[in-house]
Amino acid sequence: MMKTRRSLLAALGALLLKPFAALAAWNEQAFGAKTAADALKTLGAATPAPSKDIVIEAPQIAENGAVVPIEISSNIPGTTAIAVLIEKNPFPLAGRFEFKEGALPFVKLNVKMGETSDVRVVATAGGKHFAASKEIKVTIGGCGG
Amino acid sequence: MAAGPMKMRATMAGGNTDVRVLMSHPMTTAQSGQPLHFIQNVVVKQNGKTVIEAEISQAVSRNPVFSFRLKGGAKGDKIEVSWLDNKGETNKIESAVA
Repeated sequence: MMKTRRSLLAALGALLLKPFAALAAWNEQAFGAKTAADALKTLGAATPAPSKDIVIEAPQIAENGAVVPIEISSNIPGTTAIAVLIEKNPFPLAGRFEFKEGALPFVKLNVKMGETSDVRVVATAGGKHFAASKEIKVTIGGCGG
Repeated sequence: MAAGPMKMRATMAGGNTDVRVLMSHPMTTAQSGQPLHFIQNVVVKQNGKTVIEAEISQAVSRNPVFSFRLKGGAKGDKIEVSWLDNKGETNKIESAVA
């Protein structure tokens, strides 16, 4: 009983000290997954349906794997989240973006790629998952950064 | 390299709000031989209301640059972007849509 109360107090203390951290969640299991399939399973999106309504704009060949620009948009109505997975990276899940009311399902970011790989994008809409991929060839890998 | 200042530009484009934000951060991976140090959470707010919540990994490039797009909006809207990294460091920037 005492132990429970003490850990409860400790948890409360942590909450007070780190309000932002307490609010922010980071899916350690999904980001720690070593394969894209495992990461998607953890995200509850194990079998996404292929979709042509997810647009991935990225170079076919990236000379520098440390900075590979990727622009993603989803034309699937009601898209609420987009996950980006780099299949051959040691930890494939690179990011997951949740779009609330007022945001368009669009994101542009730079990622690191260790080697030539498919980049898979999974969009969530109405509780269903959709996927598209694009291969990006990498001349010099960029995971040492 | 420690985490540094941020830069942001928010503009109206085609009736929507384009947000481009730069975060100064090492984003070091486990493969780099340096301590793992990377941004984990990014939050975008429009006039105080959360519109985008992102979780990212060490696979995002050093000094991350993101572009986001918000539906509609108007000049003068307040856009705030904040981040939190795996060491508990945090930073934010706010600017008005031009």
